[in-house]
Amino acid sequence: MGRYLTRKLIIYIITFLFAVTLNWAVPRFAPGDPIKMLLSRFEVMEGGKDILESFFVKTFGLDRSPLQQYVGFWRSLFAGDLGVSISQYPKSVFNIIRGAIIYDFIILLPAIILSWIIGNKLGAFSGVNKKADNFLMPVFYFLTSSPYFWFALVISYVFGIVLGLFPTSHAYSATMRPGWTLAFIWDFFLHWFMPFLSLFLVQLGGWAIGMRNMIIYETNTNYAKYMESLGATERLIRNYGFRNGILPQVTGLAISLGTIVSGAVLTQMVFSYPGLGYLMVQAIKQNDYFLIQGCFLFLIIMVLLANFVIDIIYMFIDPRVRHSYSGEV
Amino acid sequence: MAGKDFWKRHENLYFAVSNKKVILGVTVFLAIVALAIFGPMVTPYDYEEFAGRGYQPPSKEHWFGTTIMGRDVFTQVVFGLRSTLLVGFLAGTIASAIGLVVGFVSGFFSGKAPDEGLMALTNIFMVIPSLTLLIILSAYLPYRGIATQAIIVAATAWPWTARAVRSQTLSLKSQEFVNLSRISAAPTFRIIREDIAANMFSYVFMVYILQFNGTILSSVGLEFLGLGPTRGISLGLVLQNAVNWNALHLGMWWWTIIPGLILTLMIVSLYFINTGLDEVFNPRLREM
Repeated sequence: MGRYLTRKLIIYIITFLFAVTLNWAVPRFAPGDPIKMLLSRFEVMEGGKDILESFFVKTFGLDRSPLQQYVGFWRSLFAGDLGVSISQYPKSVFNIIRGAIIYDFIILLPAIILSWIIGNKLGAFSGVNKKADNFLMPVFYFLTSSPYFWFALVISYVFGIVLGLFPTSHAYSATMRPGWTLAFIWDFFLHWFMPFLSLFLVQLGGWAIGMRNMIIYETNTNYAKYMESLGATERLIRNYGFRNGILPQVTGLAISLGTIVSGAVLTQMVFSYPGLGYLMVQAIKQNDYFLIQGCFLFLIIMVLLANFVIDIIYMFIDPRVRHSYSGEV
Repeated sequence: MAGKDFWKRHENLYFAVSNKKVILGVTVFLAIVALAIFGPMVTPYDYEEFAGRGYQPPSKEHWFGTTIMGRDVFTQVVFGLRSTLLVGFLAGTIASAIGLVVGFVSGFFSGKAPDEGLMALTNIFMVIPSLTLLIILSAYLPYRGIATQAIIVAATAWPWTARAVRSQTLSLKSQEFVNLSRISAAPTFRIIREDIAANMFSYVFMVYILQFNGTILSSVGLEFLGLGPTRGISLGLVLQNAVNWNALHLGMWWWTIIPGLILTLMIVSLYFINTGLDEVFNPRLREM
């Protein structure tokens, strides 16, 4: 049990090191010299000189050797110092990200969990019901083939503009003041619904297709045929198949987290929903390099943590992993 | 008859051309490819040219309507489709190639040093959200061509292929004919080529289709964010322009819905081909 988690943890730590290194290396070695551009932009700002003193010398340390620069980069990272935003000067990148990350959780978590559960159920239903399958399969394929942002546009057009049910951008109305009032929560919910729905639906198709194929495969296995010959009900056989099929789906969830997060970036962009993805895209438009890097880092940390959580869950639901690593068998 | 003999020898081909999903998929896919190839020749306009009055819904002169600036959406779509297909083709090929090599090698040397190293690398690339990595790479590259975009998309798309190919290689490796080659002292490279690679052909083909789909989706995502090729037009760019001009709020559904719909239909058609071929190669699935 411990060995399984240790192995996984090592991979995640290496990934984190890799991501931070990339974050450090890209602006330094990319063509076009982004750092020089940054310096010239800071010089014209009020108080920019101080920033140059404190941050640039410390992190970029342009007069030092690359190795020393690299160490300095890590040091300021652990101090929670991700630099200062240029577009929202003089706010620190860390504070901006802290304000935005809640929006990512609030649409990603429900969308991922609900689409996974409902997708699996629908897929299992479609796998055993040929009539439903003929209709549902094309729908699932259509959903999973849609680019996230295009589907978000379709949702936005149908529900937001033609039917006029939901507001098409931002997290809450500009006239609203955030607070625990009923009016605000309702307003927040209306803004939240379409980004959630489009993320939910695009993912749904993939899970359903996966589970459908698993069920078809499982009901053809020897154990299923044996159960059938013993007179077990179809329902019971299906339940066994479902339980076996769910394991690869959990692994699939871990694998596709990166894609889902990328999808969320694009979806937030369509709805101007102010999470990390939207922030990152705005930062790119304004060449706010510190903010781009901060968002990148936090998105990766989010994915790594989620992967780790899934690994732990997997350990609990798959007895083979539990036993093989703890030496019980 | 010679014809009957032919089908007997190419049983898989027979099942492929008589599979409904394959037929439907191939038809739609070819139609869209034809659109990309012949569309630019048919259209009288250029994609940057002022083609007529702006804000026009689809009509006889402008099949997909016009943009707010009076550009022809059909022209933009067919030219964009060309570029997007090219990126998908290049990136899909590169990503499949990397994934195949890494998967083969690590599956063949399973448990040894090359396997451990390659799988660690694969797992790292698997966890990193590819689009955000692409964003950060593209954001720092001021000039990007189609080839550059294809390479950076491919660099993040290969890991799952490597893992899938590895497990496929592992299961093939324990087959008896491979053991036979090994005890007859066949060179390693020959075993890989003749025993393993030859038997994975169908699998590789399906992997390639999925890679093509995946790379097209990520490159369109990049283009939508304005991080695609710096020159020319692409489907993602058409959609980005539409969003920037608030096309939906102005009721110009033809500018946003149509380009994405064509792309989605193309990807669906490829999925259909893929599923159909799966049924062809795995007779167990044919019953459904």
